[in-house]
Amino acid sequence: MEEILNLFQGFAIALQPFNIMVMILGIVLGVVIGVLPGLGGANGVAILLPLTFSMPPTSAIIMLSCIYWGALFGGAITSILFNIPGEPWSVATTFDGYPMAQQGKAGEALTAAFTSSFVGAFFAVVMITLVAPLVATLALRFGPAEKFAVYFLAFCSFVGLSKEPPFKTIAAMMIGFALAAVGLDSVTGSLRLTFGFTELLNGFDFLIAVIGLFGIGEILLTMEEGLAFRGGKAKINLSVVLQTWKELPRYWVTSLRSCVIGCWMGITPAGATPASFMSYGIAKRVSPKGANFGKGEIEGVIAPETAAHAAGTAALLPMLSLGVPGSPTAAVLLGGLLIWGLQPGPLLFVEQKEFVWGLIASMYLGNLVGLIVVLTCVPVFAAILRIPFSIIAPLILVLCAIGAYSVHNSTFDVAMMLVFGVIGYGLKKTGYPLAPLVLAIVLGDKAEEAFRQSLLGSQGSLGIFFSNGLVSTIMILGLIALFWSVIQEGYTRLRTRAATA
Amino acid sequence: MKRTVLHYTIGAAVAASLGGFATMASAAWEPTRPVEFIIPAGTGGGADQMARTIQGIVTKHSLMKQPMVVINKSGGAGGEGFLDLKSSANNPHKIIITLSNLFTTPLATGIPFNWKDLTPVAMLALDEFVLWVNAEKPYKNVKDYIDAVKAAPAGTIKMGGTGSKQEDQIITVAMEKATGTKFTYIPYKGGGEVAVQLVGNHVDSTVNNPIEAVAQWRGGKLRPLCVFDSKRMSYDEQVFEGKGWKDIPTCKSEGLDIEYLMLRGIFMSPKATKDQVDYYVDLFKKVRETPEWKDFMKTGAFNTTFLVGAEYAKWVETEEKRHETLMKEADFLAKSN
Repeated sequence: MEEILNLFQGFAIALQPFNIMVMILGIVLGVVIGVLPGLGGANGVAILLPLTFSMPPTSAIIMLSCIYWGALFGGAITSILFNIPGEPWSVATTFDGYPMAQQGKAGEALTAAFTSSFVGAFFAVVMITLVAPLVATLALRFGPAEKFAVYFLAFCSFVGLSKEPPFKTIAAMMIGFALAAVGLDSVTGSLRLTFGFTELLNGFDFLIAVIGLFGIGEILLTMEEGLAFRGGKAKINLSVVLQTWKELPRYWVTSLRSCVIGCWMGITPAGATPASFMSYGIAKRVSPKGANFGKGEIEGVIAPETAAHAAGTAALLPMLSLGVPGSPTAAVLLGGLLIWGLQPGPLLFVEQKEFVWGLIASMYLGNLVGLIVVLTCVPVFAAILRIPFSIIAPLILVLCAIGAYSVHNSTFDVAMMLVFGVIGYGLKKTGYPLAPLVLAIVLGDKAEEAFRQSLLGSQGSLGIFFSNGLVSTIMILGLIALFWSVIQEGYTRLRTRAATA
Repeated sequence: MKRTVLHYTIGAAVAASLGGFATMASAAWEPTRPVEFIIPAGTGGGADQMARTIQGIVTKHSLMKQPMVVINKSGGAGGEGFLDLKSSANNPHKIIITLSNLFTTPLATGIPFNWKDLTPVAMLALDEFVLWVNAEKPYKNVKDYIDAVKAAPAGTIKMGGTGSKQEDQIITVAMEKATGTKFTYIPYKGGGEVAVQLVGNHVDSTVNNPIEAVAQWRGGKLRPLCVFDSKRMSYDEQVFEGKGWKDIPTCKSEGLDIEYLMLRGIFMSPKATKDQVDYYVDLFKKVRETPEWKDFMKTGAFNTTFLVGAEYAKWVETEEKRHETLMKEADFLAKSN
């Protein structure tokens, strides 16, 4: 009950005119940041952090968290329109979002994406409001073994999804793992696979690979197909929003499942990216329209977007209560808190009630404001697709180059992006799926690190992955996901045998 | 009288604009475009927090006419950031904050970098290291803990730390040598994560910096055993149950004769002129005078030693030799070296 009272006080703080203004400003800036691939939420927040030092801490954190929401919303726009994910967690959105845009359903896809984002974030905020203290203790139970189990589950629920032959899927995934291994080996502290090139110290950044593989690769493909930019016939009025909304309630099961996956992955420090992949993977398995996934199925947009936002929002909880950021953006926000003299940790909720509940209230309001802002812009975004390809392609190229450059302020990365573009084109032409490759680049080194940390702790015994209830459950879920099709087949056979007998 | 002053001012302005580069070089130097402040570590860590605090202070108090942009270049244990600065000779608009990876990264990875490639500016502070255990555990002092480590089968006691072959692991190896014990060292990405792993009992102890673990100490989740310094920390504000940083004994007094402090210092790009170095020294002197900086020093229980010029360079040189010896003893040097 006390929580509810605190929350209403929080609303009173968040609803002050100055704070509402700050909120809208933050959302708009965030969307712009989200649209520019590579700039990303973390960089955006970092650049704008000093702007907020003249504000009271509560207004400042409202503005920064609104930039964060805005960036989360914005990441979906380029994924759907141009097949260029602006943020790691938008990759799964491209799988069905981009085909939808090509079929002239960009408006529907954007509406579905924004609405799902809102639903996911809203669900996570409600959860934060109600069970914050409880959840913090759960996060503490996550050591390296539990973390590895979560990554394992993410990989397993995604394997076998593509329609390509399993050999190609595994080959693509292995290339991804190999790329993820380049750079510093965080466990032994020595360099590997850099062949003396200091440019490779940092390994292959995920964003550069993705901008190249998806963005540049797509432009090359379109050029080959005669400069036609499909999707020009997208409806560009607001009625598309209402029509899509009529459809959405049908997918409530997918939404709810994605919310739960997202919250869970956000609290456990796995984060939004595995959440979006896992949610997409599971939705594809479970949905009756599963076979249609990847060809422009609206459910394939809802699942990853909902989960990514639920995770992105839930990730703020470990930051506030444990001082451990669940995402790079949360890490920058953490730096902000310290500058304002707020010490994140177990006592923040006790000592800084006004701040914490002001922030939580602003999550409710910020997301609502964000949804309204981006939905009213749907026709504008969709209209971008009407611009002739010969004009838009150079613009996208420039955008990609800026994005790749701004990741590490390095021109080497821009060259790297172009190389990835050619690789992406080659892989697409030869029918190798890109998704497993990307998944392996994103999660490969994290999974490896967690795996090796676990084995260091257990002195090499694999038993650590089944050493307690939590880790065993996640591992077994992973194994079930991996062998799901085999299990399903066996089950159907048993039933038919029983029926004939 | 007034007119003379005005004439003089106008005259000076005209002279400056006509004189171009020649005049500007002789006048006190000032940045003419945004200054890049490189952090050779990831977001959220100790160096990152300090750099972002400095950026905040500089912006809030308008200490610089040009904006300061903070950039994380953490690749290859910070090697990315150091190499970037090394290749920016004659660009006075780039500075870098360092931690011990200034020494450890080139030694462990063999990348072509040495601190002498850069221009030293100032030592801002030294970061302390504290031996932490989980508050639920029965160890009340260093002896209790070391006895427990000795009693356990070799290698079953886990020490969590930031990075591999870096300061945390160097201290761990020094502890093993001093006590004849064996820890299993588990490297994590950042100090905050290490502290939480200790709270969750996934490791048995850590050597976190004060700022990385203070929140958990205040929350009663962690217990400090000793500080790896020659004297106690000077901050006497209470943190938990009536105890403050000042009440933590030195490791030496507890029978663990190890001292280790980490540099939080500033370097700038190679071939910087004296004017340019002086500008930044002056800037950081102003930063140190602000209440925000003093608060930050207090929260993180920093050792506030401030050194510039030859003294600073000498300190760094001594530390470099020490790290080389320490890392050689621990067999952490890159194979190619």
